[in-house]
Amino acid sequence: MSTQTTSEDLELNQLQSEAEGSAAAWRASRSGHGGPSAERLSSLDTLESEAIHIIREVVAEFEKPALLFSGGKDSVVMLHLATKAFWPGKVPFPVLHVDTGHNFPEVIDFRDRTVERLGLKLVVGSVQEFIDRGELAERADGTRNPLQTVPLLDAIQRNKFDAVFGGGRRDEDKARAKERILSLRDEFGQWDPRNQRPELWNLYNGRHTVGQHVRAFPISNWTELDIWRYIERENIELPGLYYAHEREVFARDGMWRAVGEVSQPLPHEDVITKLVRYRTVGDMSCTGAVESDARTVADVVVEVAASTLTERGATRADDRISEAAMEDRKKDGYF
Amino acid sequence: MSTDTALLDAGLNSEALPSTLFRFATAGSVDDGKSTLVGRLLHDSKAILADTLDAVARTSADRGFGGEKGGIDLALLTDGLRAEREQGITIDVAYRYFATDRRSFILADCPGHVQYTKNTVTGASTADAVVVLIDARKGVLEQTRRHLSVLQLLRVAHVIVAVNKIDLVDFSEQVFRDIEADVQKVARELGLGSDGVADLLVVPVSALDGDNVVDRSERTPWYTGPALLEVLETLPAADELEADLESFRFPVQLVIRPQGALAPDAVAGGLDVEAYRDYRAYAGQITEGSVKVGDEVSVISPGHEPRTTTVVGIDFAGQSLEEAAAPQSVAVRLADEIDIARGDTIAAAGTVRESTADLYASLAWLSPKPLREGQKVLVKHGTRTVQALVRNVTGKLDLATFNVEPASNLELNDIGHAQLRLSAPLPLENYLHHRRTGAFLVIDPIDGNTLAAGLVKDHPGDHEDERYVI
Ligand SMILES: Nc1nc2c(ncn2[C@@H]2O[C@H](COP(=O)(O)OP(=O)(O)O)[C@@H](O)[C@H]2O)c(=O)[nH]1
Ligand SMILES: [Mg+2]
Repeated sequence: MSTQTTSEDLELNQLQSEAEGSAAAWRASRSGHGGPSAERLSSLDTLESEAIHIIREVVAEFEKPALLFSGGKDSVVMLHLATKAFWPGKVPFPVLHVDTGHNFPEVIDFRDRTVERLGLKLVVGSVQEFIDRGELAERADGTRNPLQTVPLLDAIQRNKFDAVFGGGRRDEDKARAKERILSLRDEFGQWDPRNQRPELWNLYNGRHTVGQHVRAFPISNWTELDIWRYIERENIELPGLYYAHEREVFARDGMWRAVGEVSQPLPHEDVITKLVRYRTVGDMSCTGAVESDARTVADVVVEVAASTLTERGATRADDRISEAAMEDRKKDGYF
Repeated sequence: MSTDTALLDAGLNSEALPSTLFRFATAGSVDDGKSTLVGRLLHDSKAILADTLDAVARTSADRGFGGEKGGIDLALLTDGLRAEREQGITIDVAYRYFATDRRSFILADCPGHVQYTKNTVTGASTADAVVVLIDARKGVLEQTRRHLSVLQLLRVAHVIVAVNKIDLVDFSEQVFRDIEADVQKVARELGLGSDGVADLLVVPVSALDGDNVVDRSERTPWYTGPALLEVLETLPAADELEADLESFRFPVQLVIRPQGALAPDAVAGGLDVEAYRDYRAYAGQITEGSVKVGDEVSVISPGHEPRTTTVVGIDFAGQSLEEAAAPQSVAVRLADEIDIARGDTIAAAGTVRESTADLYASLAWLSPKPLREGQKVLVKHGTRTVQALVRNVTGKLDLATFNVEPASNLELNDIGHAQLRLSAPLPLENYLHHRRTGAFLVIDPIDGNTLAAGLVKDHPGDHEDERYVI
């Protein structure tokens, strides 16, 4: 690891002040600079370093952190980063999963195998249990994603977690684009977008009072493509439904929905078998598949790079409800 | 420029040079066109996907944007909060991402109204470059002076002034040259671009139409310089500029000492359990400079003289590195068994001054609660947080005139000097030469909120560069 010499840059400054910032001088001084040096840290390495720094800060400054782990690609990358941050030691916190009861079985299986492999403790908050006890009501549209907030807060309080890692990324949504890396939540888990702490340099302020907790988003600055490139580079295992496979689907809301216990086609919706894959693996009741023949991680990287739809726009019914859907849910304590 | 195919190339050709990361922020007064410029960069570099663009086009049409002519209000791409879209303003710093075949960009769109200092300081603290917008019809305003002044104070490596709405002055060279001359004059007064680190460039653009944003415009034939994106693609990032200038600094985040608790996946992968039983390494992110195995280092901890030892290993998740540099996160092993804890700093031997409990600083006050003399606060520097007493406020900067005026308190958006007494000595370094180890947070001990961004100054009597009066 080395960097290009700075003498040219000093020279450049001189040139510039002499020519009073003349653009021609600027260009002249740049010629021969073939752009960033090949030896500079790649953007993936820089993002990885930043994420690991944040994970270590949270572990050092909080009493009882936990990591939200759904088996989805972002949370899998988060867990991978955590294993790298503490190597050769064990990841020093438990993982927390909010189970909607409508999860893809292969994802739950993947979750359990991963937890086992890394020797972690798994805490599960169950939407179904809350519904069974009458503390949550099923929505008319059958979507359970918005119902995750109550069991999530319950698990946080019951286990006295003071920091919860999430795999949220700012490129996912306009409201997330404004959220801090360490995001303070009040006693009700609420996010107040107009009253956020400024985040300066790489100095993170995790102070909170009793009852408050912090959501930590170490991969805030990653894009969907960064995630896939990283999965490819690090050879990270994911649930199989991220890759192209044949599945019985029907069209609804402009998405391909899998036929399953909780998502049954209506009489006018024809069921066909298609080659599909998932870009996100949320609740089966609101996550759609995309037509794809990307069977390997390299295929997916190419597909994502060329994609013309955002991952949420393509596959999440719950984010289509209104333009501010995510903001409204976050204010109420969602991830 | 090949931004048309940039994303595709980057995706298809994984053998290509790995792209690097570049962070920049926007600054300017309300309505200078910051959000539009950001939207334009995202749009023209094909970072906006179809569904997002559809939503924005629908909202633009609903609001009658562009009147008869129609069009897309690109500002909607960054104004993500409900209140922002309803009021047509940007409330909070929004982060956006786009990539070309050379670089991945993180950009912070910083709002220009009331809380401009807070937002500009926040955006600039992590930025490799800041793009300051000026409305070509208005020229250099007091607000522009304030922005440039904050950027100079925060030592942003590259300042790019975009003279926007050049379409509204008929692409006039004269208008541009006059503004350029005014900018140079302010920069000279500030010392901006003359300290060998920062540099300054002025570009005529139309954010709305795209002139000189991604591609050079034929409508400004008198401008022969690079388009904005071209500048952003080629400027060296701050870490790159500084790596050779600065010595190794490594604030210890935590000690990795697994003892029995080795990672089961590592053990399953063949990790030698016996060899790692006594493993002990110091984890952190290199904030400045670089380190090699075999380097002599000093360990700085409060209550100790600096202790010198040798680096025997640099580990990263099972890899042994020969060398590492900022901003890498690594774990460092040392030759001697020294008692080291979170908050201590490992630095190139003999390069750190004696720690001190007397802190002289510039403070950018970011809280509605004012700073009073005699107040108790917390100071977070590197990985250590200590208590501090505000002894006195020695002045306040008038950002428009650059004069320091007498003051005894600091209010929201003020920038001033203060003297603090720390409960434990810290290895403080002048921010002017150390963007990381010269920076600290001031935190409210009661509610935990961040009160100020702090920049370490030399002690009075130490040599101080006259240009940096604040
Ligand atoms: N004619 C013209 N109008 C512009 C240009 N850039 C921005 N605008 C308009 O100026 C207004 C303010 O822009 P906006 O991006 O919201 O400014 P911000 O407050 O700095 O974010 C909007 O009506 C834009 O459409 C430009 O280059 N030319
Ligand atoms: Mg704006």
